[in-house]
Amino acid sequence: MSDTAAQPVALVTGAGKGIGRYLVERLAQAGYRVFGCSRKPVDWSLPGYEHVSADVSDEAQVRGLFSAIRERAGRLDVTINNAGVASMNHFLLTPASTLDKLHAINVRGTFLVTRESVRLMRARQFGRIVNLSTIAVPLSLGGEAAYVATKSAVEALTRVTSRELAPFGITVNAVAPTPIDTDLIRSVPADKIQALVDQLAIKRLGQPEDVFNVVRFFIQPESSYITGQVIYLGGPL
Amino acid sequence: MTMERDTLTGIILASVREFAQMSDKAQGHDLAALDEKTRLFGGSGLLDSLGLVSVLMDVEQQVNDSQGTAITIADERAMSQERSPFRSVGSLTDYVLTLLHEQGA
Ligand SMILES: NC(=O)c1ccc[n+]([C@@H]2O[C@H](COP(=O)([O-])OP(=O)(O)OC[C@H]3O[C@@H](n4cnc5c(N)ncnc54)[C@H](OP(=O)(O)O)[C@@H]3O)[C@@H](O)[C@H]2O)c1
Repeated sequence: MSDTAAQPVALVTGAGKGIGRYLVERLAQAGYRVFGCSRKPVDWSLPGYEHVSADVSDEAQVRGLFSAIRERAGRLDVTINNAGVASMNHFLLTPASTLDKLHAINVRGTFLVTRESVRLMRARQFGRIVNLSTIAVPLSLGGEAAYVATKSAVEALTRVTSRELAPFGITVNAVAPTPIDTDLIRSVPADKIQALVDQLAIKRLGQPEDVFNVVRFFIQPESSYITGQVIYLGGPL
Repeated sequence: MTMERDTLTGIILASVREFAQMSDKAQGHDLAALDEKTRLFGGSGLLDSLGLVSVLMDVEQQVNDSQGTAITIADERAMSQERSPFRSVGSLTDYVLTLLHEQGA
């Protein structure tokens, strides 16, 4: 077997910027061959990283993404369902189209990427899938009804798929970050963020490395008995 | 490129043999003697539910890879049919050929 065939392969969705981009860097450092996607092309590159433009909510584009991984790498060990969008608005002022958009990316995207991942992971009877939730779920955060509803669905998917994929040697877990300084929360007023941080046991913003720390734990081979779990950063909520 | 029925049956039989080996239900069956009439699931079927899912995914992938198609075998239409197209090797072959035909392959 050549070296490339022996190298583990990871996929990070929403890899263009923010947490996704950070995870790409750390996974590449950890020795993974990393694939990533986002709707827009990226203006950066990294040794060992291959970017595919794909919208996770579009079934044909997701299939295209996985054809690329199958053709180029022939295997997949780790999938991080990181692509996600948020929207902050009073419930009464939230258009139904916002809910549809969030649902398409956060839930449908996670669903499609998970399903296609299994097709590749199945062959080796090994896989690690990590989904992204948020502490806004257990906090039932006001102003985030659509976001919280879709991320609750992601947690539900995490639990159900963990049962159904266990026979294939695949674990499914989720990490739920506190606010982390990325474009996702840039439009949220500073006092709202502070009020949120004040509710945490550990009163600071999250860092992308806090997310990677949990991801690293979930994906290590030794975590084969950890599945269907959601880890909330920052403390009990 | 059109897919010959025999080629497709061959793919399905190989896949069924592979996954039936892992299922208790296959005990007592002669896996070398499978044919189009072989029942896949249900009472005398060879596969348990996980085995059936594995076979469907495996066949779908092999067909799509070799034909350049994007068929989905376990679609809503298949699930809603009164007589499941997955009941036997022959009915699964027919169903996959229909899907391929619809995609113009
Ligand atoms: N930052 C936080 O405070 C925080 C807290 C809790 C949870 N999270 C979760 O962490 C994840 C990453 O968030 P982030 O803060 O890094 O967000 P971000 O900085 O806004 O980056 C999101 C990335 O996802 C991509 N993306 C968006 N929609 C996509 C789609 N339909 N298909 C493919 N890629 C898509 C974006 O690129 P394109 O626009 O080019 O597609 C971008 O690269 C999300 O799931 C989020 O819910 C974040």
